[in-house]
Amino acid sequence: MAKMTMVQALNLALRQEMEQDEDVILLGEDVGVDGGVFRVTDGLITQFGEDRVLDTPLAESAIAGMSIGMAVYGLKPVCEIQFSGFSYQTFHQIENHAARMRWRTQGRYHVPLVLRTPYGGGVRALEHHSESRETYWAHTPGLKMVIPSGPRNARALLVSAIRDPDPIIFYEPKALYRAFREEVPEEEETMPIGKSMLVREGKDLTMISYGAMMRPTLEAASLLKDKEGVEAEVIDILTIAPLDDEIFVQSVRKTGRAMVIHEAPRSFGPGAEIITRLMEKAFYYLEVPIERVTGFDVMSPLFSRENAYIPNAQRILRAARRLTNVRNDE
Amino acid sequence: MPRKEINIDDKVDYLSILDHNGELDTDLEPDIPEEILLKLYRAMVLGRKFDERLLNLQRQGRIGTFAPTSGQEAAHLGMIAVLESSDWFVPAFRELAAEIWRGRSLESYITYFNGFGEGAAIAQDSHNLPDAVPVGSQILHAVGLAWAAKYRRTDQVTMVFFGDGATSQGDFHEGLNFAGVFQVPAIFICQNNHWAISIPRSKQTRSKTIAQKALAYGIPGIQVDGNDILATYAAAKEAVDRARSGGGPTLIECVTYRLTMHTTADDPRRYRTDEEVTQWTRRDPIARFQKYLEVKGLLSEKKINDIESAVLEEIQAAVDRAEEEMKTMGDPMFIFEHAYAEMPPFLKQQREELAREIAEMKEEGSNG
Repeated sequence: MAKMTMVQALNLALRQEMEQDEDVILLGEDVGVDGGVFRVTDGLITQFGEDRVLDTPLAESAIAGMSIGMAVYGLKPVCEIQFSGFSYQTFHQIENHAARMRWRTQGRYHVPLVLRTPYGGGVRALEHHSESRETYWAHTPGLKMVIPSGPRNARALLVSAIRDPDPIIFYEPKALYRAFREEVPEEEETMPIGKSMLVREGKDLTMISYGAMMRPTLEAASLLKDKEGVEAEVIDILTIAPLDDEIFVQSVRKTGRAMVIHEAPRSFGPGAEIITRLMEKAFYYLEVPIERVTGFDVMSPLFSRENAYIPNAQRILRAARRLTNVRNDE
Repeated sequence: MPRKEINIDDKVDYLSILDHNGELDTDLEPDIPEEILLKLYRAMVLGRKFDERLLNLQRQGRIGTFAPTSGQEAAHLGMIAVLESSDWFVPAFRELAAEIWRGRSLESYITYFNGFGEGAAIAQDSHNLPDAVPVGSQILHAVGLAWAAKYRRTDQVTMVFFGDGATSQGDFHEGLNFAGVFQVPAIFICQNNHWAISIPRSKQTRSKTIAQKALAYGIPGIQVDGNDILATYAAAKEAVDRARSGGGPTLIECVTYRLTMHTTADDPRRYRTDEEVTQWTRRDPIARFQKYLEVKGLLSEKKINDIESAVLEEIQAAVDRAEEEMKTMGDPMFIFEHAYAEMPPFLKQQREELAREIAEMKEEGSNG
């Protein structure tokens, strides 16, 4: 197995899917000759030609709308929106059409498109380049929303997303694009869309997170173990919508303590839904109120102050201590 | 380095073949087979009569809100008649006669406008898209469909409809721009009916014509008398032939008029004069086409009456069938269908929840 960055792993997924299925078409701004501003589509235009990798004019709504037409026809478009901050120009196409075409036509048409877009902070970028707005998409019926957290699951989830018959918003944590490498098998690997994953076992509390926040969450979990002998169970949500509550509900029934960590603003963030599911399905197992460690309900700050906004291992650790220090027997 | 004029080779034509007085330009008269001419006439009459019946049903409370089409039959029928069934048709929502031409059943309108999604179902073998309500958004889908048809090396073309209001939307400009850049086989048809609810065409754009907007995107544009079915047919034929043979997209502006309201919830007397409507009534697309066919010896008074009674009978039968069909369409559990390819677990739970609610409601009802 080769050790790959997330950029390389995503590139592998695209290349292999394009090799085995002529219906897979890439389109977006600078995805061809330039290989994408983050190089995720590097080399693909050379291998597959301009018919398979389209450098489009600069118009996000048209990239999404054209992808819908291609998908209705029967192709599998994978479009790239250069930064999620510009994806809002696609919103009416995704909400009004991509997510509804199957329903509207009683199953005659469906829209198997994947909209890839880098999200989140931590790369010292300009305004509109650091937001984490998964709630917008996750709130849309008919749409699926996936966020990987490392090279290996990014590759496997992207392959599954391309093959999925429903439209998928695929958020790529840009802070992790080149942050670390993982073994990624050359042979085909998929992961189910709509399933969360237990990534660290523990008995004392449950940490629920996804995307770029998985790193500080796992770091906090190992600090907790090393420093205080507290064993945190960690769950990677992976698919924000449709949300799989089975694994985290099971975990919290076991640990009785839960926290949710995300970079998105707190109010109405994915944490609100996750916690509600816990109230519905694990309330009587809870020892203490649930904690949220999230972005604040403000604009993503410009980069000199973004560390104050983005949750880090220390914030997560402090919240975990608040959770575990309160004991019923004290 | 002088300041000088840039020569833009393109130009925009206006095309009229059969004017509202019945004057015919025989040099431009398209060669349309007689059976197609008669089929078009019948389709126009059916479109008009059905539109009138729908309005009538709406006023009686037998259907909900809908967007009438009367006056625009030539603008969309002349266009659609040129397509093969394997070509793609992307409607907005004011192409009644064209949708019927493409195989949509009359009863599906009645069920749909009674709030049943079943009415929007599309036959598996058809290449029609559903109505698109968000104005102009469907234009981009046509670009994608046309691109895909070209990629698969078919000779399919895609025809998309929209109104004058839609030409102010970004999606219109983005669509024409993409179509020009990728040279896709798409025909963009603007039914300029002069009014986007209460906003007149003159307040929609400062441009003299809508057709000229094509020039900015490097594609051909033409303005036609949209109430002249010979002109709309001829313009469509030219554009479709060009697209099919690899010549790329075309923008066609059909100058027409919405004789009634935007939707049944609209009162056009608030923003336009009766004189204007009367003036356009004189330019009715059906009247002049009928005269043309009479002169050609294809229609007689008897034949006209026969067609009208046959059309009215067809409409009545459809109304009866739809009202029968709707008796079996009440099941509220239907709302969970077709949201995803496979129903996710949380939706199954919500479906069970609704089923319980309904059961409990029934029980409470029966307990008094």
